[in-house]
Amino acid sequence: MANEVVVSLIILTGLGLLFAAILAVAYKKLKVEEDPRIDKVESMLPNANCGACGVPGCRAFAEKVVNNELSPSKCTVSSSDGISNIATYLGVSASQEEKRYARLLCAGGAKESPNKAGYSGNLKTCRGAALVSGGVKECSWGCLGLADCEVICDFDAIHMNANSLPVVDIDKCVACGDCVDICPKGLFVLMPVSQKLIVQCKSLLEGDEALARCSVACNGCGRCAADSPKGVIEIKSNLAVVDYSRNNEASKTAILRCPTSAIVWLDQDKQFVPNQKSALPIGKVENQNYDEDVYYQ
Amino acid sequence: MGMSKLHTFSHGIHPDEYKEFTEHLPVERMPFSDEYVLPLGQHIGAPSKAIVKKGDKVLRGQKIAESTGFVSVALHAPVDGTVTAVDLVENTSGQMVPGIRIKTDAYSTQQFSQPLPPDPTTLSMKEFLASVQESGLVGLGGAAFPAHVKFAIPEGKTCRYIILNGCECEPFLTSDHRTMVEQPDAIVDGIGILQHFIKAEKIFIGIEANKPDAIEILGRKIADSTLPVEVIPLKVKYPQGAEKMLITAVLNKEVPSGKLPLDVESLVSNIGTIAAISHWFRKGMPLIERIVTVTGTALNRPANLLVPIGTPIREVLDYCGGLKPGASRILLGGPMMGQVQKTIHTPVVKGTSGLLALTDKEVKPMEEYSCIRCGKCIDACPMHLNPSLLGLLAKNDLWDEMEENYVFDCFECGSCSFVCPSGIPLVQSFRVAKGLLREKKAKEKAG
Repeated sequence: MANEVVVSLIILTGLGLLFAAILAVAYKKLKVEEDPRIDKVESMLPNANCGACGVPGCRAFAEKVVNNELSPSKCTVSSSDGISNIATYLGVSASQEEKRYARLLCAGGAKESPNKAGYSGNLKTCRGAALVSGGVKECSWGCLGLADCEVICDFDAIHMNANSLPVVDIDKCVACGDCVDICPKGLFVLMPVSQKLIVQCKSLLEGDEALARCSVACNGCGRCAADSPKGVIEIKSNLAVVDYSRNNEASKTAILRCPTSAIVWLDQDKQFVPNQKSALPIGKVENQNYDEDVYYQ
Repeated sequence: MGMSKLHTFSHGIHPDEYKEFTEHLPVERMPFSDEYVLPLGQHIGAPSKAIVKKGDKVLRGQKIAESTGFVSVALHAPVDGTVTAVDLVENTSGQMVPGIRIKTDAYSTQQFSQPLPPDPTTLSMKEFLASVQESGLVGLGGAAFPAHVKFAIPEGKTCRYIILNGCECEPFLTSDHRTMVEQPDAIVDGIGILQHFIKAEKIFIGIEANKPDAIEILGRKIADSTLPVEVIPLKVKYPQGAEKMLITAVLNKEVPSGKLPLDVESLVSNIGTIAAISHWFRKGMPLIERIVTVTGTALNRPANLLVPIGTPIREVLDYCGGLKPGASRILLGGPMMGQVQKTIHTPVVKGTSGLLALTDKEVKPMEEYSCIRCGKCIDACPMHLNPSLLGLLAKNDLWDEMEENYVFDCFECGSCSFVCPSGIPLVQSFRVAKGLLREKKAKEKAG
């Protein structure tokens, strides 16, 4: 009996030592040399693995930064201090990227564009609702308000307001693009903070037909285009489209005669708050005593 | 056939049929309505391009939009009238898409004075396909896939069997049933025209056993012809009318994952599509009207109607006596795979086989509970997928894992959701997953 125990102990110990020796040799012989800077850079990154830089994961991004394929500033989640730390460590220039954030191109909440029918599906998501008759909202382009973007946001930057519209917290938003991908209506865009003139609507209907479905729709009247330098705003398929490459020519005058407040001018870091006095009949706009302050929080 | 066992596929479900509302009602022709709404993309593939403009006078059967590629078909005016707009119209999936509106002339009649297409026996295969494309014909079963694309056998493929789909396995619907009973000669003629080009070894007509009159009439008609046709009665089961299920039922062959019927040397076509081929070549009648089963527990007068394409569904409901109190849902197609409509202003389109009005009782939403792993969905899935697992993956947003578990083989028959005792939105979440995965792929492809 004792003999069996001793023999098995000897065999197992021998096997253990043998495998340990093989592993030790393999560790030396098969070792892959990796740039130690990758580990260091990875530890300096936020490790959110959000993919906003366009690379799958922070480690892959660190590799690209060390190999000089990407600038550290491509990481939109890092603070500017974090980016300059990485740049100093690697001895490259930080090349500050302009902050970008996600913005919803729809201002038609439950009040402005009400539901046309009820949705009783068990899939209480925008994606699910959009499969049923394109969503039950009056406007076929508009925000469905079931908060897929709020749920998917890893940075707690999107919250639904009382009007069933998502509000982006610009400070928290890192422009990772998850909301852009999840929105079934494709309403989110990533834009630099310097862009101030935007059209918060995607409806392609014209005139009264657009307004019948949503009180803050762009009805393609063309006043904003007429009031701006030629080419800065163009009416394409009944929708005002801003040429963002000419951002420096855009001015606040473009929004002054908009009958529905579909086009807005933003101050940096400030959220657009829908004007409660909007949705004026087109004919009365000319006499409207325009109150500029009402557009800002 | 006698007492011998009926052919079928494995798995599937047995929903209540509700066909008694309309199965014995002869097809009525619906009178013209005042307005027609014709979306340009009524088929799978590239939308057609309008060749008329606002103010143009059009004649019944006149081409008003042309095809824009191979996977695209023409569109024709259903009535004599005036084009009132070439603009955005609401389609049956709730999107605003380019379309044509026509106001009917007060004197518009059934008269039809379009030229006859050439005799098919004088055509080459290529000319035949072009002619079918010109007729605007799409598969009338519901998916609206352009018929000529299906009939074009690619180089290197052979088509030994043509299977005609007369299953009509969706509850309520009886339009294919009535086509078989009332137009057997057109069907046999259509088979002759198609067979002239395809030259299949054998042609099967699969009909579920709940349509004995159709089985009898078509059996008699083909006995008189020299075509190699056989009527196959099938066990009543949903979703037997799905292409892949029908092939399994008739040929006992399985279409491999991600492949097409031609990979098992067969071609499946809806029975109504075959009749429409005959109407085009013998009468010059393009696809401007179709048989629609207008039915449901919330409808006053269920009927089988010959409806001009583009008729707003409100007009069809009016013609059928309007809705009963308690009506709560309107669907285009059957209750299993049909499209819910949020308005009654959308039109009947080429793929509309039924118009269904249901009451609160039938559409009562089910409360959702956790999966109890009963396995009912696994026994129901005709594609032998694991809906339970896919449902759990969907719940956790694991889309890539869903693809690894063959979510793209799901053709959205809804059997899993139908049997789930926990009310889990299974097929609904698979549709979401497929949409997201397709978008992701398109994005990757674009770079």
